[in-house]
Amino acid sequence: MIDLTEEQIHRYSRHILLKDVGVEGQEKIMNARVLVVGAGGLGAPVSLYLAAAGIGRIGIVDADVVDLSNLQRQVIHFTKDIGVAKVKSAKEKIQAINPDVKVDTYYEFLDSSNALDIIKEYDFIVDGTDNFPVKFLINDACVMAGKPFSHGGILRFNGQTFTHLPGTACYRCMFQGPPPAGVVPTCSQAGVLGAIAGMLGTIQAAETLKYFTGVGELLTNRLLTFDAKTMQFLTVNVKHRDSCEICGSNPSIDHLIDYEQPACELKKH
Amino acid sequence: MAKITVNGEVQEVQLPLTLTELIKQNNVEQPEMVSVQVNEEFADRTEWDGIQIKDGDSVDFLYFMGGGSAIDN
Repeated sequence: MIDLTEEQIHRYSRHILLKDVGVEGQEKIMNARVLVVGAGGLGAPVSLYLAAAGIGRIGIVDADVVDLSNLQRQVIHFTKDIGVAKVKSAKEKIQAINPDVKVDTYYEFLDSSNALDIIKEYDFIVDGTDNFPVKFLINDACVMAGKPFSHGGILRFNGQTFTHLPGTACYRCMFQGPPPAGVVPTCSQAGVLGAIAGMLGTIQAAETLKYFTGVGELLTNRLLTFDAKTMQFLTVNVKHRDSCEICGSNPSIDHLIDYEQPACELKKH
Repeated sequence: MAKITVNGEVQEVQLPLTLTELIKQNNVEQPEMVSVQVNEEFADRTEWDGIQIKDGDSVDFLYFMGGGSAIDN
């Protein structure tokens, strides 16, 4: 365990004051290793809050550089960072917030060749990605490696999240595979209200901190969705599906799959 | 009329009604983008046509949601 310094007791005092967290919970947070996949709309608030909370080690995977159009919602990146690798920009902000946090950067795409190797270094994985192929990849890799993760998705005014622990419902239990490429909302149809990313990302960050401190009940076997237009939140109970292709009793998937990206989600660069 | 629950809200529907028809009635624009649970059991999309809705059923539509980053191109 870590012995907190006086400065750390001061820094984390609002956590320590919480009966459910206390010094012990804060120490668990400081011993935690979290991988954030995607330093975009969701990864930004997730990383900022996890850094502020004092997570011991944060890994960030992202192959992109900051673009002007990212700044509407990716609050970890600033105007001066345009053109800079997102992992570099994110690392700088995390360390400015909290020098206690160790940051690992992966300036690459997560795919079937590197996913298991990267994931194995962490205790909890946060999906902050923007496309279905990688969402299924993260799901499958975490199920295979027995790692817990937080799933997150946003679209227009809506958000969706659940938390997976080994044995609870996974993404494939709910959605068997990526939707056919032709039906994914096209680039011109879609969009997202910037603050939605903050709403969903902070739920993911809170779930991560709950996981390490053991506080409350995680969003396992439940899919939370919200519609910011009406501010209605809906939680749907979901069950582990025995016929699930990855976590069912007779899984048909025994290796990671690189699904093809629909053309409109390919980078313009 | 039968009373069922769709995504937490009560609906009155006329039976007989298949799951495919219920999806249509609820104006689901892209059925390919939705996953459906009936009474908390996932219904395989190849079986939607054959599933008859019963009084008191609880149906959930779960929508695919991607992300927010790459769609601004």
